[in-house]
Amino acid sequence: MSLEVLDLVVEIDGRRVVDGVSFDVPDGARLGLIGESGSGKSVTALAVLGLLPDGAVARGSIRWNGAELIGMPDRELARLRGDDIGIVFQEPRTALNPIRTVGRQIAESVRIHTGAGRREARLRAIEEATRVHLPDPETIIDKYPHQLSGGQRQRVAIAMALACRPRLLIADEPTTALDVTIQAEILNLLLSLVDEHGMSLMFITHDLAVLAQVATYGVVLDSGRVIEAAPVQALLTAPASPITQGLLRDATATLWRPEGGA
Amino acid sequence: MPRWLRLLWSNGTGRFGLIVMATVALVALVSLLWTPFDPLDADVRNRWAAPSWPHLLGTDGTGRDILSLIMAGTRTTVFVSAGAGIVATVVGIALAALGALTARWMRETVAVLVDILIAFPVLIIAMMISSVWGGSLWVVIWAVGIGFGVNIARVTRPELRRVQQSDFVLAGRASGLTASQNLVRHLLPNVAQVFIVQLSWSMAVAVLAEAGLSYLGFGASVTEPSWGILLADLQRYIGIHPLSVLWPGLAITVTVLALNLLGDALREATDPTLQHRMAEIRTPEVVA
Amino acid sequence: MIRYALTRGVLLVAGLLVSSVLIFLTLRVFPGDVAQIIAGTQASPAAVEALRESLGLNRPLMAQYGDWIGGVLTGDLGTSQLSGVSVGAELAQKAQVTVPLGIMSLVIALLIAVPFGIGSALLRGRAGGTAISVTAQALAAVPVIWAGMMLIVVFAVWLGWLPAQGFPRQGWDQPWQAVRALLLPALTIGIVEGAMLLRFVRSATLQARGQDFVRTAAAKGLTRNRALILHGIPAVGLSIVTVLGLQIAGIIVGSVVIEQLFTLPGIGRMLVADVGTRDLIKVQSELLVLTGLVLIVGFIVDLVHHFVDPRQREAA
Repeated sequence: MSLEVLDLVVEIDGRRVVDGVSFDVPDGARLGLIGESGSGKSVTALAVLGLLPDGAVARGSIRWNGAELIGMPDRELARLRGDDIGIVFQEPRTALNPIRTVGRQIAESVRIHTGAGRREARLRAIEEATRVHLPDPETIIDKYPHQLSGGQRQRVAIAMALACRPRLLIADEPTTALDVTIQAEILNLLLSLVDEHGMSLMFITHDLAVLAQVATYGVVLDSGRVIEAAPVQALLTAPASPITQGLLRDATATLWRPEGGA
Repeated sequence: MPRWLRLLWSNGTGRFGLIVMATVALVALVSLLWTPFDPLDADVRNRWAAPSWPHLLGTDGTGRDILSLIMAGTRTTVFVSAGAGIVATVVGIALAALGALTARWMRETVAVLVDILIAFPVLIIAMMISSVWGGSLWVVIWAVGIGFGVNIARVTRPELRRVQQSDFVLAGRASGLTASQNLVRHLLPNVAQVFIVQLSWSMAVAVLAEAGLSYLGFGASVTEPSWGILLADLQRYIGIHPLSVLWPGLAITVTVLALNLLGDALREATDPTLQHRMAEIRTPEVVA
Repeated sequence: MIRYALTRGVLLVAGLLVSSVLIFLTLRVFPGDVAQIIAGTQASPAAVEALRESLGLNRPLMAQYGDWIGGVLTGDLGTSQLSGVSVGAELAQKAQVTVPLGIMSLVIALLIAVPFGIGSALLRGRAGGTAISVTAQALAAVPVIWAGMMLIVVFAVWLGWLPAQGFPRQGWDQPWQAVRALLLPALTIGIVEGAMLLRFVRSATLQARGQDFVRTAAAKGLTRNRALILHGIPAVGLSIVTVLGLQIAGIIVGSVVIEQLFTLPGIGRMLVADVGTRDLIKVQSELLVLTGLVLIVGFIVDLVHHFVDPRQREAA
């Protein structure tokens, strides 16, 4: 189960946001996409899942297990979403439906792909909530998103993404919008779950320090192009391009903290 | 060509709006000097003529040329929409300023007052004015002006407040600008965007209001050529000459459509983020 | 929730009070000599004076206001000087025409706006979506009386299917005839209001489409359209409820003109006639009732909106 991206180009309203990006995520691999904001990394992730905004056009090739995703009808793509490939977004505040309980939203992931009944799905939701270490799962699933903290909401998002045990998880800056104190917790949760199920991971971030903890291979993006692609160690110790060097400088402060760092 | 004009022109609907409004204004001017026939001239032998030469749109029940009546009617349309626009502007800005730039007790009072006044539909205001002063085009102007002025105030006040408290305005005051200099340089341009959209919609409502109120007898007087009066006149014979009402109705519809589209185009042109601010979308009331 | 209801309730009462004062000032104070206006220019000074006495116009203003409001609260809306009929009784009778008309118009407007509004948003960029959008724009610009006239031309004059005017004298004792009489008027208001509402529904749906949580729903495995319908539309519905208040106000107001065109014996037509004859006493109470109606509808809509949105239910 691998993802192969070849010469991906994404244009939004005429502007080239992604300009010829290529990389692979082999089975079980941990790939990091890193770059400043606006470098096209999030758009790449959205393109994989066919979730680009209105007015966006994708060209090139994205293959999942050999099947070409670009141009695939939405109905078939929908079958892959959640089941084969899951995604966790950056902003927990807006990613959840404000007028549905979190339990129903997790259960929905299950019901879409298994056709389970209400009661069964609810039990599964409690299971998943437990797996992501949400406090008091049986009560919390009946709460609404605004009643949860940011960190809890992100756990819900992770539960929703992993409920059907996808083979690949895409994480788009999952901790950036969270409080510094819980970033590490959420990160560790993600990694342990990814390990436990032998998933592949595509992790998107702007912080090289975070990347170092998460990925083994890094792809550096700038203005929609791949600037450098190398094992993370190499990026850290011998960055070839000025962009990577800049990222390293920005991350240096956290890298050498005792708890952080590779 | 000023930037805003260029922006409007490049947008398809904006262009349509501009062309139509320019045409209306032009016809209004021209009609002061010339119309195919004297609008009030009753050619009794030619009553209810179908569209033909020389009466291109036909004639009405007393033989007056419909095309000339419609051309003359543009004057009323321009007068009413401009008048309502001006009143709405003054009322709106005054209320908004009172509600944003003054002492706290005054701000709170105005805020509550505006929320209450919003509920007064334009038609009700028009009825109130008519009961006392009788019907006239001024009823239309004042009713729409006040009704929409309040709405403009509701939308503009938070903008004014927001801008007033923003950093660069504070910087302006810190560097010694007087309150009025601050107002002109910083506040007005920012508020102008929100305001100008509401203004064009208010003009659209004014044209609709003239039609409805004139029909009810509270608007234009019978002797003035106006599209609303024409509609009312022709309607009485709708059983026998059904299609005569087509022309004034079309004229009103096209003009209102143009103003609406102009408002929409203005909003797109002045809102770079293209985020539709829900609070701004006023569904114009059915007035006519 | 209770606290919210109380706050809005206070605002409602304040609104009614302010409205009543405004109406009172405009109709009782500004005109100057109300009795003269009602009696007309031909009446003798003695007649005018007698009228003034019987209307209580020589009493201090506050007392007059108190009398009026006191009357309204106990159900006595005054008696028409010109016809001698109790205003309250007449309003109740005419409401039999206006209220069903309003309800029918609202239903038609919703039936047009919701499916077509959502549809045109889903079909954005395609021919169907543009066609709906353009038609709605055009219809929203149509003056309501002209729409009525054109519908009369088509359905009454040419096809003869529906009556162009009037309401059965036995009223709702002849239910089918009554409905037939109200159908064209309701269609007129419904189509024009529906077109305006449609633009709003479309805009709200497009906005919902861009919402993050709709994207998340699609990321879980729903198709993009289903994600929009299952997750975006309920949020759209909520914002429609907000606008509904304005729509209903528009319908109430629109019926005034429409009743005139279709000669329906409703509240609107009565109001127009009274304003025409300058029967200020009647107009005063009628306007208060109409404005009160608009305010109360707004109040109810606010409560419903607040109740349905779980975010606000908890906030108190």
